[in-house]
Amino acid sequence: MLAFSHSDYLAILLSLKVATVATILSLPFGFAVAYLMTYRKFRGRVLLDVLVNLPLTLPPVVIGYLLLLLLGKNGWIGMWVLQPLGIHIIFTWKAAVIATAVVGFPLMVRSIRTGMEAIDQRLIEASRTLGAGPLDTIVTVILPLSCRGLIAGSLLMFARGLGEFGATIIVAGNIPGVTQTIPLAIYEYVSSPSGDAMAIALCVVSVTISVAVLVFHEWLGRRMVKVD
Amino acid sequence: MELRITAQKKLNPFFLDVNFTIEGNRIGIFGPSGCGKSTLVSLIAGLTDPDRGRILIDGQPVFDCEEKVNIHAQHRRIGMVFQRPHLFPHMSVKANLLYGYKRCTKGQRKITLAHLVDVLQIGDLLHRGVNNLSGGEKQRVAIGRAVLSNPRMLIMDEPLSALDDSLKFQIIPFLQKSCEAFAIPYLFISHSLTEMRIMTERVLNMADGRITGQMTAGELARDAMVKSPFPYTNLLQLKGPRRIDGMFAYRFGDRELLISGSGRDEALYELSSTDIILFKRHPEAISARNLLKCRVGEIFEAGGRMGIGLLCGNEKLVAVVVKESVDDLEIREGVEIFAAIKATAFRELG
Repeated sequence: MLAFSHSDYLAILLSLKVATVATILSLPFGFAVAYLMTYRKFRGRVLLDVLVNLPLTLPPVVIGYLLLLLLGKNGWIGMWVLQPLGIHIIFTWKAAVIATAVVGFPLMVRSIRTGMEAIDQRLIEASRTLGAGPLDTIVTVILPLSCRGLIAGSLLMFARGLGEFGATIIVAGNIPGVTQTIPLAIYEYVSSPSGDAMAIALCVVSVTISVAVLVFHEWLGRRMVKVD
Repeated sequence: MELRITAQKKLNPFFLDVNFTIEGNRIGIFGPSGCGKSTLVSLIAGLTDPDRGRILIDGQPVFDCEEKVNIHAQHRRIGMVFQRPHLFPHMSVKANLLYGYKRCTKGQRKITLAHLVDVLQIGDLLHRGVNNLSGGEKQRVAIGRAVLSNPRMLIMDEPLSALDDSLKFQIIPFLQKSCEAFAIPYLFISHSLTEMRIMTERVLNMADGRITGQMTAGELARDAMVKSPFPYTNLLQLKGPRRIDGMFAYRFGDRELLISGSGRDEALYELSSTDIILFKRHPEAISARNLLKCRVGEIFEAGGRMGIGLLCGNEKLVAVVVKESVDDLEIREGVEIFAAIKATAFRELG
């Protein structure tokens, strides 16, 4: 019988924590970006589209390295914003959250956009002629009607966050009990001569959580179709 | 209501270029599909901005390119009823109805939910979700939602075109009643001549992004009659029938019309101008149950045939005959003539 060590439990909990926090923090930004790209015409829209979707095509290690350059002691944000405020991010769980958020962000935005694009434009026009301003329309019409996209995007991002490895190991390192998430713990077990069994055990945990998230996603989707 | 509009808008595949002033409380915009009617009303409602121009409603500018005036749609107080109901699917019927009402200032709230529910007969729908309503119920709620926003005017953009004929004529009385009961002037858009004649008094004729004429609904029908090979249709709004021999006698001016219909208290009937047979003298015995003594009001060309305007007391009918009949019956303006109409020739619209 295999028994998880204390640091394994911490890795599982940290994975859930990092994925949850990254998803919650990304949600308002994801909604705002999806709204801009669906309903607003502005200069630089294509550039924004490319930037948002870039993490989908870049290797996660590249993303991690770029974040390290940006948030590190000598990086633009690290030097000019974080250091003066006394904030230290690199090699903490917060860095893992940022890495997870950046990597999963395009998935979230795409799902929310799909939800928004499915909203009948006439409903928005109707709300405007009924006296609702743009913000009122967002709150009372667009937000509730893109709810399915929001939930789908959040769940996809959460699931993606659980599996994030490449960017996280660069910006957060692999410190057991501090920044070690499930994928990083698996990596460590696989690298050690007698760690296969524990690696498989953690894989089972990872697969179980992911399957549970995806089943919940499907169930919610079907339930919402019925409500519609 | 007075609309004074000069506007240009580049569209694909045409250029909308309109310049008109129109006055009235029941205004129509008539034209074929794709001629720019919906774009024009979008400009008026503030849902689209013209490239250039000026839009004044009752003398007040809502858009003026030169003066840099552009009142946003939510502040124009123009209610819209679209082709489809477009109700908010995540809200109940009551929440849909109150959406605009809640966004009015207290001073603007002249129409109340209770009164509206009474006029539109939607009391039993209030707490239902909108997804379980029938097509007719949805459109009634959509009308109510626009009316309850207490608009200064209502724009109805082909509100009947997505409905089948029977439903269409069930909805028309609700449209008329709500605008009359709450004294809301409206702009009615359609490509249906029948709808125009029922719903409007003055009509803007539109084609290829331009206003090609302004006329009364009657003139529009006459114009269509002259140009079209299809016969003119008389529309009769009849009330208070009494039952006679399995038929219904409706008041028609100072006479009665016997109609084989459902006998509804208030009904709209259609009578084709080719279903009226004219006699120079009182015929001895005919099968038609209606024989009306009329005076010829006018004679005009109608698509290769002759239209005869008949004055039956205060009421008017139009019959269409071939030119030879005009000569044979010696039909001239002012002469008396007998019009025979079968009781089964009337088609009940709603």
